[in-house]
Amino acid sequence: MRRLLLALAASLALSAPLCAQDAPSEPSPVAAEAPASGLAAVIAEHKADIAKPSRQSIAPVIAALGKAGPGAPDFLEAWADKALGSRKSDGAIFRVKKAGAGYALFDPVTGADAGEAPRAEISEIKPNAGVRGLIAAALIRFQLSDPDIAKRQAALTALSRDGGPQHLEPLAAAIADEPDPAIRAQKERMLGLLTIRFGTDPAARVAAIEGFGADLGLDFRAALNPLLATKRQAFNAAPEGNVAAELRPGKPGFSAEEAYDLLVAEGRAPARLTRADLRAALEAHIENGAVAGIPLADLDTPARRDAAYTALEGAGAVPAAATDDEVAQSVAAHRYADIYAEPDAAVTAAAASALKSVSLKVDAMHGADLALDALSLASIYFLAAIGLAVTFGVMRVINMAHGEFITMGAYTGYVVQQHISDYTISILVALPLAFAVTFAAGVAMERLVIRHLLRRPLETLLATFGISIALQQLFKNIFGTQARPLTAPEWLDGAWVLNDIVGISYIRIAIFVLALVFLGLFLFVMNRTRLGLEVRAVTQNPSMAASMGINPDRINMLTFGLGSGIAGIAGVAIGLFAKVTSELGADYIVQSFMTVVVGGVGNIWGTLAGAALVGGLQKGIEALNPSNTLAAQTYMILFIIVFIQFRPRGIIALKGRAAGD
Amino acid sequence: MTGIGKLLSGAALGLVLTAGMAMAEGDTIKVGVLHSLSGTMAISETTLKDTVLMLIDEQNAKGGVLGKKLEAVVVDPASDWPLFAEKARELISVDKVDVIFGCWTSVSRKSVLPVLEELNGLLFYPVQYEGEESSYNVFYTGAAPNQQAIPAVDYFLDELGVQKFALLGTDYVYPRTTNNILEAYLQSKGIAKEDIFVNYTPFGHSDWSKIVADVKALGADGKKVGVISTINGDANIGFYKELAASGITAEDIPVVAFSVGEEELSGLGEGDLKNLVGQLAAWNYFESAESPANEEFIKAWKARMGENKVTNDPMEATYIGFNMWVNAVEKAGSTGTDAVEAAMIGQDFPNLTGSTATMLPNHHLTKPVLIGEIKEDGQFDIISQTDPVPGDAWTDYLPESAVLESDWKDLHCGMYNTETKTCVQLKSNY
Amino acid sequence: MTQGFLSRNPSVLIFLLALSIFTLVVTVLSNAYGLDLVSTSMVKTLGKTLCLCLIALAMDLVWGYMGILSLGHFAFFGLGGYMVGMWLMYARTRDIVLSSAAGLPMTPQELNDAIATQIFGVVGTSEMPAVWAFAGSLPAQLALVLIVPGLLALVFGWLAFRARVTGVYLSILTQAMTLALALYLFQNDSGLRGNNGLSGLQNIPGLAWAGQDRLSVWFLWASALALGLGYLAATFIVSGKFGSVMRAIRDDEARVRFLGYPVEGYKLFVFTLTALIAAIAGALYYPQAGIINPAEIAPIASIYLAVWVAIGGRGRLWGAVLGAAFVSLVSTWFTGGRAPDLNLGFYIVKWVDWWQVLLGLSFVLVTLFAPKGLSGLVDLLTGLRPPSRRGAPLGPNEGALQEREAQE
Repeated sequence: MRRLLLALAASLALSAPLCAQDAPSEPSPVAAEAPASGLAAVIAEHKADIAKPSRQSIAPVIAALGKAGPGAPDFLEAWADKALGSRKSDGAIFRVKKAGAGYALFDPVTGADAGEAPRAEISEIKPNAGVRGLIAAALIRFQLSDPDIAKRQAALTALSRDGGPQHLEPLAAAIADEPDPAIRAQKERMLGLLTIRFGTDPAARVAAIEGFGADLGLDFRAALNPLLATKRQAFNAAPEGNVAAELRPGKPGFSAEEAYDLLVAEGRAPARLTRADLRAALEAHIENGAVAGIPLADLDTPARRDAAYTALEGAGAVPAAATDDEVAQSVAAHRYADIYAEPDAAVTAAAASALKSVSLKVDAMHGADLALDALSLASIYFLAAIGLAVTFGVMRVINMAHGEFITMGAYTGYVVQQHISDYTISILVALPLAFAVTFAAGVAMERLVIRHLLRRPLETLLATFGISIALQQLFKNIFGTQARPLTAPEWLDGAWVLNDIVGISYIRIAIFVLALVFLGLFLFVMNRTRLGLEVRAVTQNPSMAASMGINPDRINMLTFGLGSGIAGIAGVAIGLFAKVTSELGADYIVQSFMTVVVGGVGNIWGTLAGAALVGGLQKGIEALNPSNTLAAQTYMILFIIVFIQFRPRGIIALKGRAAGD
Repeated sequence: MTGIGKLLSGAALGLVLTAGMAMAEGDTIKVGVLHSLSGTMAISETTLKDTVLMLIDEQNAKGGVLGKKLEAVVVDPASDWPLFAEKARELISVDKVDVIFGCWTSVSRKSVLPVLEELNGLLFYPVQYEGEESSYNVFYTGAAPNQQAIPAVDYFLDELGVQKFALLGTDYVYPRTTNNILEAYLQSKGIAKEDIFVNYTPFGHSDWSKIVADVKALGADGKKVGVISTINGDANIGFYKELAASGITAEDIPVVAFSVGEEELSGLGEGDLKNLVGQLAAWNYFESAESPANEEFIKAWKARMGENKVTNDPMEATYIGFNMWVNAVEKAGSTGTDAVEAAMIGQDFPNLTGSTATMLPNHHLTKPVLIGEIKEDGQFDIISQTDPVPGDAWTDYLPESAVLESDWKDLHCGMYNTETKTCVQLKSNY
Repeated sequence: MTQGFLSRNPSVLIFLLALSIFTLVVTVLSNAYGLDLVSTSMVKTLGKTLCLCLIALAMDLVWGYMGILSLGHFAFFGLGGYMVGMWLMYARTRDIVLSSAAGLPMTPQELNDAIATQIFGVVGTSEMPAVWAFAGSLPAQLALVLIVPGLLALVFGWLAFRARVTGVYLSILTQAMTLALALYLFQNDSGLRGNNGLSGLQNIPGLAWAGQDRLSVWFLWASALALGLGYLAATFIVSGKFGSVMRAIRDDEARVRFLGYPVEGYKLFVFTLTALIAAIAGALYYPQAGIINPAEIAPIASIYLAVWVAIGGRGRLWGAVLGAAFVSLVSTWFTGGRAPDLNLGFYIVKWVDWWQVLLGLSFVLVTLFAPKGLSGLVDLLTGLRPPSRRGAPLGPNEGALQEREAQE
């Protein structure tokens, strides 16, 4: 069998050059063999274009294929799915499938087996996304009433991307017998949108616009906005066309300079002389080291240059430049207006009023979306900072290696995923494991280092920093400098979408929930357990607590472990939506410090308030200056420095004796 | 307390000794490798160091150059820009290397430039960059903007019909200059200024929800939106994850990236890659390119570094640069900078994608432009490949640099003003 | 007075002597003025190290003597460098522009535009930002080297000390300050070329004829001079009554306040003064380094500064100098890829990978077991023992060395 296949392949390979030689004298073999069906002929005719399609030139070919009769939709689908190949020797098109070292070939029209070919003989046809879009658009009319619901859905998706006037009629016809109510609603919506964009009857368009009401959909606004596109024009007399607004030069938003520039651009007035032109004109008239009698060395001020140009003008050597008076005159001689590209005034008026009623709602939704973003960021900061706040509150120790504990948690998640391939289980394993690993690391650090430096807070800062740089480099040595994948389970894919504006990814919701869980857990431990009682006692007064029989060393160790453990869990959470590198923790450490400092120590609500403030502030500033995220971070820090002026102990400060450290 | 004095003079003596030892020269040709092995850039640059070492070993196995063995001198500038200058000076004046392969970021190259031009060293720079430079002492084997950014934008305009652009970048010189050029280019193509949205984020940015939402909202005026991403390094991971989560597909909003290659994608899991299928990257090389030379290169690389290591575009640039240098040295019969520089211009070498790279008089290469779509396995499906495009040191789309030209063969100037017919300056801007 | 000052501070003479011998030796061994045994790049490294020693001195004043752990002094260092760098770039570019000018002589506006195009073309703009207004004048920029960091320190210090922010809070706040400054400079809109920073600073306008070989030695001399003067000034400050108050504030701020001293004033003065010293060090450092960019003032740099001082031994000036020189030189050597690998049999330690780990751990060990750092070693050599005061609080924060320092 194998030998047979080989022989077949070899004979194909041999015959190919022969075909190629014959090609000029005879019609191409595929066309010759093809039955009378038009499709094969069309394919053969356009085989070069099909093999190397470009969106710019392929439209007629797709149209021809679409009209070529039965089999066309299947062929187009195969083409879009990158399932075609062309034989290098003669350019013949086949459906191809990888088989062993070569390809199995099938007839493009009938799908009948057409033998095999070695890999070098076939080049796969890979139409780009633009061409695929055109193919999908051509398929729409075949698919709109297809029995397969997935295909009808695909047709609607294609319509939303590349719908055109030619689809209005088939779409309208396909609504009546649509069995699925959801798809039917979509089709009706799509018909409305297409009518707004391409309809010919103004009344129908206005009705369609009004039919949407204050719809928030992006596609609705996308249909309206192009109707309201304007062009600024100058007129000798009263403005003509569908006027959006008439403009008066010199009023805000339309200066006299802009008016003159418009005139120049429309060819209604001569261009003004720029400094560069002036310079060039003078340089062209240098004679004996002087221009119009003024020595070169003197021409280094604008005034002298103007004088030289005027002199040249007087001599007739250069054309006269427009003076300010002339400019003012020609500006005054014209009228200016923004003209809608859409000629029908009724449609533009309806669109404008619809957009106006939508826009307020849109702004509110943007605000809501921003609030969600801020909430999500705040919950991330909260998770990252909570451990820091605990250790600082109880022990007055700033742990600079906190960020590395976060990283450690993220890497734990990565390692777990290397061993457990089911993402759901691996995350469920990774969370407690990350807690355990970082808890152990925290306890070890407390015993070995922190305990010996308890009364020297500044030195703890430095010692933990030493641990931080050592750990960071250690991660690099173990895991490499590359980012490592940490994938969320599938049920966390995607986003919760309220409408086209408000949406938030499920991972962020999960992190928010995680933060809530930890807040609850923390409150429970602190207020309802023996450990919590002891921790609070040590926080308020270590020596008094010790004399009451509480072992402060043990409490310190446990709190430190707890704080580190939460950092580990935060690491897994952050790794899920960002990158896992050795610098992951370091990126969050400064924000965590800010959160703790702003919030105030020793109180979980303070940390919560700090996280909300820092996260909200950052998103708020980002929204004010959308093109520069870096600026948002800068101003946030400046704000915090100033904030500390007014509340040096944070938003929620400890009161009474405990505050006086 | 005289200890300090002793200590200091002892240190000085030690320095003298090490300096003296380094003076001794063997019968080898020294090749400096100036890539960061630690710090933030180590993620990208370590790979290039390994590439150079592999190429040197291969060349030595073939008998070296001019009958001498090649000897690598590897130093670590630690992603610290001033350290690049210091290490370059050390390589040239202390180690007496004949050529340096190194640098990744533009700022590191700008840091090294004055040292190279002062000591007349030779640097091969293998990374795509923003152009606007041509130094006598540097050969640029990565892409200039017209070999990567402009063709990618053309692809957006012509093939995808994009009418509104979001230029997202990390805040440093390459995205800044590239976006500047692209803005000018897009406006020359009739895209209104309001239809170009620009955003800069810090290195390693991870909170992308707001920006992705902003990009999505751009579609509100009914124009097709496309994203041109010059986001650097591992910030891409968060960006793509957010993109995938918000359900934006390549058909809705295509994203073309200039700094995302096989290496960066390996930081994403299968789950995320699945949602990114069809997003684009523009390079001069993809690992999936089919050519015998590429197969051989990948095989050697995997044999040396391990099966799951990928190859990428800057590695190909290093490969071309190294082999051209070897050929130029053989042709010149010496390793002197001036001789090699003269011999380099006009060198041809087959690249890994099946065509030929030629070194132009402006010290840039001819390179084919490839556009690939991301596949589920983290590789790229090459959907467009042009003929080799000559690299342009000074872009034609900014008025200041449109008049400039670089030609080290006939004009002997890297910054020649074609209007005034003068050489603006022989040394580079840095 | 001088006689008394020196006899009370014998370490000054020794330090200055050692510094001059060091400078002399390097000069004699340098490429430009002697035997060509020390390469120019090495001279530059040594010159830069002297600048680092100077800022370490400032750090020791503010931390070791005053008890303010500032994690932001590299902000002042960097600002000093930026101020000098602006003139260096502007003047160098002006020379280039003028030398290539043709046709009409340039108007001042044209000259300014041409310089701006050259400097900012790299980052995609061609307008001269307002902050460069004085860049054309050397004296003005030199004055700004002191004015800008001084003002920043004054304002920041006034705000922080007035609000009685102390201890760890203050450290975090200084760190926030330097981070904010670094982020601000990272932005292109701040007008200092963003991430690219200012480069080519080693080419001093008007001194191109001297060549880097000679320039490097001159800068070494200048750095040594600055360090010597800085050492003298610092010793003068800490040895008098002022120094006693400083140490008292470090040891117990509240008591000093109750004694009627204006603690905030003292703190502000020292903070600003050390910022000025840091700025001078920066202004000397960056023309030798050749490039300055915002990464230089990232918080990590200032933390390393604290590490140097801690390893050298805080609370004594020459300890800080020693620590900065030792750690930065050893760091350079280990990260340079030139240190031989250590073969443990089962694992080969590549120093490029493991140096940071070693540094971090040794730093922890120093804080744990040798709070006096390297200078503790010198104490051992000279047979000096710290007073053993069992039971009483020990360690620099609690003032274990008060008696010893009082004698110095």
